[in-house]
Amino acid sequence: MTTTDIIIHDEKDNVGVVVIEKITPNQECNCWIMENDKSSTIMSKNEIPLGHKIAMIDLNEGDTILKYGHDIGKVVKSIKKGEHVHVHNVKTKKW
Amino acid sequence: MEIPKSFLGYKRENKRAGTRNHVIILPVDDISNACAEAVANNIKGTIALPHSYGRLQFGADLELHFRTMIGTGKNPNVAAVIVIGIEPKWTKRIVDAIAKTGKPVEGFSIEGVGDIDTIAKVSKKAQEFSMWASEKQREECPLSDLWISVKCGESDTTSGLASNPTVGNLMDKLEPLGVHLCFGETSELTGAEQVCEKRGKTPAAQEKFKKTWNAYNDFILKEATDDLSESQPTAGNIAGGLTTIEEKAFGNFQKIGSRQFIDVLEPAEEPQKGAGLYFMDTSSAAAECVTLQAAGGFNIHLFPTGQGNIIGNPIEPVIKLTANPLTAKNMSEHVDVDVSKILSREMNLDQAGDELIKSTIRVANGRLTCAEALGHKEFVMTKLYRSA
Repeated sequence: MTTTDIIIHDEKDNVGVVVIEKITPNQECNCWIMENDKSSTIMSKNEIPLGHKIAMIDLNEGDTILKYGHDIGKVVKSIKKGEHVHVHNVKTKKW
Repeated sequence: MEIPKSFLGYKRENKRAGTRNHVIILPVDDISNACAEAVANNIKGTIALPHSYGRLQFGADLELHFRTMIGTGKNPNVAAVIVIGIEPKWTKRIVDAIAKTGKPVEGFSIEGVGDIDTIAKVSKKAQEFSMWASEKQREECPLSDLWISVKCGESDTTSGLASNPTVGNLMDKLEPLGVHLCFGETSELTGAEQVCEKRGKTPAAQEKFKKTWNAYNDFILKEATDDLSESQPTAGNIAGGLTTIEEKAFGNFQKIGSRQFIDVLEPAEEPQKGAGLYFMDTSSAAAECVTLQAAGGFNIHLFPTGQGNIIGNPIEPVIKLTANPLTAKNMSEHVDVDVSKILSREMNLDQAGDELIKSTIRVANGRLTCAEALGHKEFVMTKLYRSA
């Protein structure tokens, strides 16, 4: 089995979680979807540390981030596929 | 894996079983701490549980204070209790309620006597209790005598990916065996509250959860200067990759597996509806939450962490697990169960759940947790509002 670099909880999710110490820009990353045991690859655009999220698709301002198959917040600054997703471009919908 | 049917525990007078055999010196109020600590220092095999409150509280806040004091004394991990307060009335109320379990308990008050004579008198009784408790033996107890509470802390995305689902896997396997289970953290379900509500087994349980969460949310909206964005997620959570409170909530929620909760408990309330999963209305601050769950009667605690929370409790052993390989490596003295191999896919959830069950039973049998070995004894009372 090849190393898994990114785990995605749910098939519907538009972000994945880095599970190695870090991924570097322009790295071809192996992704594994927990829910259906499928695999895919993605090219990273940023350095992203362990536990942080990567965008699996292009996302526009106002889009909803899905993780665990659920709404976990809104995009406040557009994000390209392969970029780091965090507090600089995503906010809670609660407040 | 075949799940063991029993563990070695201390059978108590009220038919509960303890995983520990503590003799506690419980101060009713802040000003009795010095006396309690002096006694615990004099008499080996006893522990004092100092805290900051117990004076001029009133209403629901005072009731919670009593419930926490009494529940801590009643916990089956406690063999015998000494209660020390400044005044006799509140001391007696706590002693009388603990005495209903049938365990040895005695109360003392300091007013009119002074610290030194009180310490001398209490030390004699504490010595008697300590030596009596030291003869108690562990006996075979059914697994259903385990009351397991859970709470996560210093969470990161590895918590939601792996360590919390490991706890959920344990719940899915142990609930059918008649174990009592409890989760809490009202604030940290924010964002997942509607999904959580639907996990109530009955319409009544769902309604009670909704009411509890709404009451919490109304309080936040009323009291907070802006919102929770400065503390939820915490700086540690954000460093670990958690972006929003919703993300944290859905990660948190993985701890209950596919279980449904049968009732909603007040803070420190003892479950009354038999075996199964309960939700307790608690703060999400680790020590406050575990203190309340221990006062509810839970005798062993599972604590998944991402970035490395180090909490322990004086009477309820706290087992830590992490799926973060850096935490497992850099903070190994705090990690009882390392499930980081889930992330490298060298271990699946089913295997991780089995490992956690094995560790839980070893700790129930008497193995010290990391937090116990390191001396973590965080006993933190929850206070609802300011005193009079």
